[in-house]
Amino acid sequence: MCLAIPSKIVKIENNMGTIDVAGARRKVSLLLLEDAIVGDYVIVHAGFALHKIDESAANEALKILREAVSRVEGRD
Amino acid sequence: MTIKHIEEYRDPDTSRKIIDRIQNISKSKIRIMEVCGTHTMSIFRSGIRALLPNTISLLSGPGCPVCVTAQNEIDAFIELSRVDDVIIATFGDILRVPGTQSTLQKEKGYGGDIRVVYSTFDALDIARRNPGKRIVFLGVGFETTAPTIAASIISANEMGLDNFFVFSAHKLVPPALEALLETDNVRIDGFILPGHVSVIIGTKAYTPLFEKYKIPGAVAGFEPIDILQAVSLLIEQIESGHPRLENAYIRAVTFDGNKKAQKIMHDVFETVDINWRGMGTIPKSGLKIRKGYAAFDAQREFDILVPYSKDPKGCACGEILTGMKIPPECILYKKICTPMDPVGPCMVSSEGTCAAYYRYHS
Ligand code: SF4
Repeated sequence: MCLAIPSKIVKIENNMGTIDVAGARRKVSLLLLEDAIVGDYVIVHAGFALHKIDESAANEALKILREAVSRVEGRD
Repeated sequence: MTIKHIEEYRDPDTSRKIIDRIQNISKSKIRIMEVCGTHTMSIFRSGIRALLPNTISLLSGPGCPVCVTAQNEIDAFIELSRVDDVIIATFGDILRVPGTQSTLQKEKGYGGDIRVVYSTFDALDIARRNPGKRIVFLGVGFETTAPTIAASIISANEMGLDNFFVFSAHKLVPPALEALLETDNVRIDGFILPGHVSVIIGTKAYTPLFEKYKIPGAVAGFEPIDILQAVSLLIEQIESGHPRLENAYIRAVTFDGNKKAQKIMHDVFETVDINWRGMGTIPKSGLKIRKGYAAFDAQREFDILVPYSKDPKGCACGEILTGMKIPPECILYKKICTPMDPVGPCMVSSEGTCAAYYRYHS
């Protein structure tokens, strides 16, 4: 099962990160990421960080969403 | 802590607006299939199905890893758990899946050492702490899980562990999509593509397929609005007659995917033909441990003989996984088969279509 919520890395030690999932701390392996630093938001699956959220892509996604919604509003 | 990148994808007002748009543009009757157990759960839990116009049918495809695991694989897991010095390490869902004669859960009751882990690293820990035992991790999952298991095999190699093994029953999504499109009696007008499989393989992994079949597709995240956005894109494509592959999850999915994870997966595994529940053998849709890491391959280490495997009698899981039937069309649904006492894997896994119907579709 996929955990959909991006989690923040709060600590890194030897390729293992500590993440904060809605207040709870969990250890995740960072072996599948090129580079990760404390403060990054990552997508986690089965104890591994799979992806680092890119801020600009996330903002772009929100822009697209808002545009789609305002198109609908325009018709109302 | 604020949960970043999430609130706006749960906003009811935004949902309503996207649903309005879908209502406005949807004309023809269409069948859309999602191929991801987490999508199935999210769709049922959020009640999206009831909000969509009745022109749109949402079908759950072969996206629940436990559900697509073939009966002979389940039986092999059970055989393995009976070997004296073996500790089985696995994710939880598989325990209650009925094999031909038993389940891992029952074997545990009879004294089999079967442990549910959260990650493959927990399995490595068990191996380290139990040098006299052989630890077998059950590799069940798609491209999301396979790199994590590959990474643990590489780690086991670096640590010099000689008692850690993986039974690779992994399955790959793009070949399954192709197999579905080639199956007679299966009508799919568009795919909602899995979020985290796509995080790993990137949208480029689907390009050849979508160029060949010219079928609408949209990669989606897991929040209700992610899924609605994908549905809306698919309807637009269908109504305008311009099928293509779109990415409605750009905050997590790129064209190239996670190249490091792909490399690790490729270093450890090679593709093989593999048997899927309800779909038969699909060419190059499975992963086998390469020669270089053969020392960690449970299928080489153990001579597992499964005398005969038979799917549960009357279970329509296979047809449900291919969108040919829905759970209420199975004669056992709710009467004999329930989440408490499941007959087939589609009722066991929380990601299974039958379990989702049972819970949310009264
Ligand atoms: S309801 Fe049970 S028996 Fe019927 S298809 Fe689903 S899992 Fe199989």
